[in-house]
Amino acid sequence: MSAQQIVFLVTAGVALISAALVVTVRNLIHAGLWLVITLAAVAAIYVQLEADFLAVVQVILYIGAIAILIIFSVMLTRRVMADTGPQRIPQWPLAAVVALLVAGGLAYLLVQVPWPAAPDVDVSDTVLALGEAFVDPNLFVIPFEVATIILLVALIGSISLALPERESD
Amino acid sequence: MPEFSFGNIMVYAYDMIGWALVTYGLDSKLVVIIQKFLAAFLLANFALLTPIFTIWLERKIAARFQDRLGPNRVGPYGLFQSFADILKLLTKEIITPSGADKVVYFVGPILSVAPVLGIWVVIPFASTMIGANLNVGVLYSVAMGGIGTLAIMMGGWASNNKYATLGAFRAASQLVSYEVPLILALLIPPLLAGSMGMQDIVLAQGTWFIVYAPIAAAIFFVSSLAEIGRAPFDILEAESEIVAGYHVEYSGFLFAIWQLGEFLHAFTISALVSVLFLGGWRGPLADVYPIVGIVYLLAKTYFVYFISMWIRATVPRIRIDQMNNLNWKFLVPLALAALVMVALVDKLLPATLAGSGRAWAHFATNVVLMVIVFGMLRSESRRLQNLSLPAAAPVAPAH
Repeated sequence: MSAQQIVFLVTAGVALISAALVVTVRNLIHAGLWLVITLAAVAAIYVQLEADFLAVVQVILYIGAIAILIIFSVMLTRRVMADTGPQRIPQWPLAAVVALLVAGGLAYLLVQVPWPAAPDVDVSDTVLALGEAFVDPNLFVIPFEVATIILLVALIGSISLALPERESD
Repeated sequence: MPEFSFGNIMVYAYDMIGWALVTYGLDSKLVVIIQKFLAAFLLANFALLTPIFTIWLERKIAARFQDRLGPNRVGPYGLFQSFADILKLLTKEIITPSGADKVVYFVGPILSVAPVLGIWVVIPFASTMIGANLNVGVLYSVAMGGIGTLAIMMGGWASNNKYATLGAFRAASQLVSYEVPLILALLIPPLLAGSMGMQDIVLAQGTWFIVYAPIAAAIFFVSSLAEIGRAPFDILEAESEIVAGYHVEYSGFLFAIWQLGEFLHAFTISALVSVLFLGGWRGPLADVYPIVGIVYLLAKTYFVYFISMWIRATVPRIRIDQMNNLNWKFLVPLALAALVMVALVDKLLPATLAGSGRAWAHFATNVVLMVIVFGMLRSESRRLQNLSLPAAAPVAPAH
């Protein structure tokens, strides 16, 4: 086993174990912190795939923003230290069926699709290629713009939700 | 055997160690790993030991600003005061509050220092000296800085203390919101340099980027002051309101680690400002003798650090509504406008206009934008003054 494989197995193991802990620990803040470790391990896997831009964005967006907001909202909405929320929601059988279906579908894909090996391309400057692909009409300009519009709609929606009711004065 | 050159002595030492180990008979891959570990060890210790000096410097300078003497008992000019403090903190008991979440409580302060050390990886000390010239260097520094927020929230929450938790809440609201103008301002140097690599940004600064984009430099500096959480943005540890905020329960060496993290972050931000906007290691002779570049970089870093100490020692703490207003109503719109303007101007300027002419064209548009912004601020403040003049009506609480 090469050193690369060992590093990959360790990071993948950390990601899986901490992901399992996210849904099993009783303390909600701890679940949030395990989520941070999962996301960091995924970022480490991106680094091993030489997707450095993706790895850094993963850390900024998911750890630096989303995980912190999740933990923040848990801190604000629950009793601070002693909180152990219920482990199950009433709809858990339905959720289990959906999860099994998704897992089965993914496993089926994994077996069926002949995974081609990635072509041996130069990955030294992915950022430039990515940036050009985003504004190239033949590549991703339309998906990119659609995604930005969706984000803009979400942004405006959250602002209008957060605005206080206008008092008549 | 590598060729000796005094101007490039650090790289010479690095190559020399590698050469010596290979000649000794070690595997070349192993040698590279040993070399990198040594370099990382030196870099981390340089960064970790710097606060011993900067804490003394800061206390001395803050004292002068406030017409005091500052530390003056231990050693000449009180130079060894920090060592005495370290000994004191090391020998004090580390108290864990009852009901604290032990693991999170201990991980918090460590997590506040480790990412800041990580930023030093992408800081170019000289044309030949950089930890790793990542092509996403700028984003990487933001990512590392963002983890500090998590550390403060962990420490504040795990202390099982309402003041500490309040400090953590304040930290979350301040640090997350000031990341927005920080990143927007940080986009401008890569835009001008055409690369996100720190070394490329320094190489592109034939004229310093502070001339190209003074607004971006100012926004970056102000919002990074908020990111460090020092005065005037120290509402997350406001002593007069919430005791000491997130680190109120920490004692002994754990408290020392929080302090180390704060001082190291302040120094690191100064280094980032000098790399991104003040030309980094650039200066006379720095191309020929890379070792001179280290001196330039440190001189610029200490200059920026001095300005942040100056602000810290003279400006009072801002209120939480002022903190939010400054960010969302001033810094974010201004950063957006500056970003769009720099991008447009850079494309509109004829490609033949290069070097300092281009820089001054950018500077002129920045000045125009600044004049417009100050005009708007002025008329707005006039309007507010006229509003509040006629009747002493109760002011609606701003929230």
